[in-house]
Amino acid sequence: MLENIVVITLFTIACSMVLLIYRVIKGPSTPDRVIALDAIGINLVAFIALISIELKTSAFLDITLLIGILAFIGTVTFAKYLEKGVIIDHDRD
Amino acid sequence: MILQVCTKVCLFIIILFSVHSFFAGHYEPGGGFIGGLMTSGALVLLLIAYDMKTLKNILPIDFKYLIAVGLLFAVGTAAASLFFNVPFLTHAFGDVQIPILGETALHTATLFDLGVYLVVIGVTMTIIQTIGEDE
Repeated sequence: MLENIVVITLFTIACSMVLLIYRVIKGPSTPDRVIALDAIGINLVAFIALISIELKTSAFLDITLLIGILAFIGTVTFAKYLEKGVIIDHDRD
Repeated sequence: MILQVCTKVCLFIIILFSVHSFFAGHYEPGGGFIGGLMTSGALVLLLIAYDMKTLKNILPIDFKYLIAVGLLFAVGTAAASLFFNVPFLTHAFGDVQIPILGETALHTATLFDLGVYLVVIGVTMTIIQTIGEDE
């Protein structure tokens, strides 16, 4: 029962990632692509959690938190680049 | 403003997670490399939300010295085994009496891992600070 549910959910998340990749490729503006990549990262977290249910191991649970942190830092960096043109200021006004 | 408040909250969670991953490296996935990368990720978040000067005020160290100290830790742990008539890089472990924590099992591979941790932080932050300086 649980295995079937996990497989169905994995398939659904894979479909949503494919649709997000379509948005990354097609997206008319850069912020669209950034948001799509961020959502792909969050989908990857769910994917890894479901795979660690499927493989009956808890070794991958650190990775989910790590991907969450990395997706956050990456999105913030890109947003700051789009907004201000520089990523790291030397001296904040 | 939102980003800065969020950074203040998230920074400690990220650093705690990296320290946990550093100390859990012997029995679980993790270790010095990924812990160092995550700590420097937290520092990068600080750099993005604030600026270089803030990081220099908070953490007034030259990250190039951190590389040297880390390499010294690694070579020191490796060379300390030579004094006990065992080959280079032989590690020892045992139960140590620490005043507060009581009897704790320690392994010298942790010190080697601490060297890796410091080198990874030093290299990453040196690269990012060198590239990030815009003048």
